[in-house]
Amino acid sequence: MTKYKNLSSPTKNMVSTFALVIGLFLILQILLLTGSVSSLVKGQLVPICAYIVMAVSLNLTVGILGELSLGHAGFMSVGAFSGVVMSSVLKQAGASDGLRLFVSILTGCVFGAIVGFLIGIPVLRLKGDYLAIVTLAFGEIIKSIMNNLYIGLDASGLHVNMLKDNLNMTDGRVIISGPMGVSGNDKLSTFFAGFLLILFCLFVIFNFVDSRAGRAVAAQRDNYIATESVGINVTKYKLTAFTISAGMAGMAGTLFALNYSTVVASKFDFNTSILVLVFVVLGGLGNMKGSILAAIVLTLLPELLRAFSTYRMLLYAIVLILIMLITNNPEMKHVVDTVLSRIKGLFRRRKGGAVND
Amino acid sequence: MTKTNMVPVPSLGIIPERDVNRMPILDIHHLGIDFGGLHAVEDFNLVIGRTEIAGLIGPNGAGKTTVFNLLTNVYTPSRGVILLDGVDIRGKKTWQLNEMGIARTFQNIRLFNKLTVEDNVKVGLHNICRYSTLEGVLRLPRYWKMEKEAHEKAMELLSIFDMQHMANYVAGSLPYGAQRRLEIVRALATNPKLLLLDEPAAGMNPSETAELMQNIRKIRDDFQIAIMLIEHDMNLVMGICEGIAVLNYGKIIAKGTPDQIKADPVVIEAYLGRQGEESLHAEG
Amino acid sequence: MSFLSYLINGISLGSIYAIIALGYTMVYGIAKMLNFAHGDVIMVGAYVCFFAVTRFSLPPVVGVLLAMVVCTLLGMLIERLAYKPLRSAPSLAVLITAIGMSYFLQNSAQLLWTSNPKVFSSVVGNGALKLFDGQLSISYVTIVTIIICFAIIALLLFIVQNTKMGKAMRACSEDKGAAMLMGINVNTTISFTFAIGSALAAIAGVLLCSAYPTLMPTTGSLPGIKAFTAAVFGGIGSIPGAFLGGILLGVIEIFAKAYISTQLSDAIVFAVLILVLVIKPTGLLGHEIHEKV
Repeated sequence: MTKYKNLSSPTKNMVSTFALVIGLFLILQILLLTGSVSSLVKGQLVPICAYIVMAVSLNLTVGILGELSLGHAGFMSVGAFSGVVMSSVLKQAGASDGLRLFVSILTGCVFGAIVGFLIGIPVLRLKGDYLAIVTLAFGEIIKSIMNNLYIGLDASGLHVNMLKDNLNMTDGRVIISGPMGVSGNDKLSTFFAGFLLILFCLFVIFNFVDSRAGRAVAAQRDNYIATESVGINVTKYKLTAFTISAGMAGMAGTLFALNYSTVVASKFDFNTSILVLVFVVLGGLGNMKGSILAAIVLTLLPELLRAFSTYRMLLYAIVLILIMLITNNPEMKHVVDTVLSRIKGLFRRRKGGAVND
Repeated sequence: MTKTNMVPVPSLGIIPERDVNRMPILDIHHLGIDFGGLHAVEDFNLVIGRTEIAGLIGPNGAGKTTVFNLLTNVYTPSRGVILLDGVDIRGKKTWQLNEMGIARTFQNIRLFNKLTVEDNVKVGLHNICRYSTLEGVLRLPRYWKMEKEAHEKAMELLSIFDMQHMANYVAGSLPYGAQRRLEIVRALATNPKLLLLDEPAAGMNPSETAELMQNIRKIRDDFQIAIMLIEHDMNLVMGICEGIAVLNYGKIIAKGTPDQIKADPVVIEAYLGRQGEESLHAEG
Repeated sequence: MSFLSYLINGISLGSIYAIIALGYTMVYGIAKMLNFAHGDVIMVGAYVCFFAVTRFSLPPVVGVLLAMVVCTLLGMLIERLAYKPLRSAPSLAVLITAIGMSYFLQNSAQLLWTSNPKVFSSVVGNGALKLFDGQLSISYVTIVTIIICFAIIALLLFIVQNTKMGKAMRACSEDKGAAMLMGINVNTTISFTFAIGSALAAIAGVLLCSAYPTLMPTTGSLPGIKAFTAAVFGGIGSIPGAFLGGILLGVIEIFAKAYISTQLSDAIVFAVLILVLVIKPTGLLGHEIHEKV
């Protein structure tokens, strides 16, 4: 009977994840107060929050829904630009910074979710690598569209145009200017807002997973036909999970965009999608804590490798390959485990020695 | 359970006496499907009563599982009409058919291997204990109420096979027999009118099979549902089925009570071979 | 007349995509992995040829051959070091490793050759064939590209259908375990597949840079992604599919640029891909796999 495996309760997992996030936040707050955080890391705090949200959101699609998405940055892009437009509109309306940030993130969520829903309808009919390539394609399409979108704001409202830089405005301000993107953006995002957003997304994901809909999603991942055979409209729940995931990516996009004065569409390209996917895979599929830690470490890694200047991206690539090899190759795993247990043994012996002395 | 007298219905299935005056749960007319040029199932006619236990037997490759797949629209029929409780089920999707009352198990077990035993049953209860996704994410009162109900129902259903103590085990780690039983529990959780069991006794030892037979009867009696099963174990089929249909090369070659089937020379020849009579009696 | 000229240019661009897509599709068919580093092997091939011709003043043909040799070795080395140890790992782990390899190649190229664009001079000369009193002008690169592509397809189909190694490749793509039991050396077969794919990548790199003469460390990525798309478009794992997908993708891209919008041409290409996959979920020539219930 030893082969039966008891599951750790999902609540335990949820509590420890929240504890991790809150703990890290408090430690950073203390470090910030004592001034022991370098300006380099300080500048990365909000982007890290945005990447964490991206990572947990993609983990919902890849780890929990079980579908590989290669175009997640597309939803981030939609969220970024819709959020920036909303923040400009609210500025004209004279809203406070906090309210502007809140409503902008909400806007990013809604637009991200709408686009996710519309894309999900055709995408989720496909399977495996075909699904992956279509998400990639949608990501590229979104990038192309955003690259050619012109939006301006004047007294009479919003002016939108595709392809041509001709908004028919007498006065007013251009918000998005095609490939030039957004410039002169108000930096509204704060570390605290990012922290709250992470908590919110984790709350939604954990509660979703541990509910009727979440069970349906987990079930279809294990066995699609059996899930249908017990009366579950699988497509509906896949679409729900995908839409939630896209909405969160939208929020991450707004948070990210409102941290910079300039934002261009090409920032949210295939490479960004892949970067987030790397967080998810390294952190472990379905493992939210892992995604969070991977997002933090891998966002800071290139910054920490700055000492190696030109070699840093090369080192990043090598580290990435080595981690994948070590964690996934049986022999290498064995070697690492042996070394680790030796080191542990060494420590134990020393402790023992100290007692004897 | 005392054995009821059979009322043979000409050219159709066998309906137990208690069902005679009620509309049959399943009424299949001229069902057929082609795979390429092959008529995998051809001119399949069958009637199953509301509380009947019906057997579908036949040699390997006769098309038995295909019939189940047609009934659950895993494959879409090329021809024919299926009436479930008098309603034409054409064009209904697999999940809609389950909502209408057809639940099934699979020949090659299809559990949710990474979920716990309890969660497997709770997935089956999906349409019984309902609340919206929003209510679930926001943990509104209805979520707690329905989850509690789902837990209780799941435990109750697991108790049919005395499996409550396994509730927290991962389904994929269960022994074969327990996996088969869990699949039946999961199907029952959907509150079906017709339960399709695809080789429920496969891989079970004789004592497990004997227990399964009793449980199948008990399920029918307690839930008052019809059960249709595919099985190679003649002890089980002859022991609990009230009506049996024999399939060979996609066509029904005989229908009747177990005694009629046992005595039917066509069945003996086609299904068991020329010297089959002896072995049939040995097995049956 | 411009229509015909666009069509020929489209077929030519499509031929390049097709040659790259072959590398993706063969590796996918046999190793069941998306080799994201393939696009960067193209770039390496182009650099090797560029330096052979400009710095060492070798004849272009020798440059191309040298590029093929280097890329073949590189492809086999990548497979041996990064992918072979992960033969039994989950496909996502392999995918991330391939992405890491792609970053590695790009950044190595940047360190070795800087990110300044190099002007690649066409290996087939800059002339053009004039037809219809000069109304239609087709550059030699275009013609050579199309001819080479057709020759490669013919050769590959011959190898896969008629040689022992081809038979081993087909067996491995069907069922690795069974192939192993029949005495086929699966590792050699996979290595051979990478070798062919990478040699083709070198040819594609040279042809690509002959037609579009800017060479940078990132030159290979977008054509790589598009060729991968082409492979899926045609039905991944199928050699004729990669050919068809590549050609169609090239033609659609050129037509979209010519008649609709230059900026949105990529978006249109991808939109067509999505449309095809939604209608036929396994690509144009891919065959559906039914799950037994």
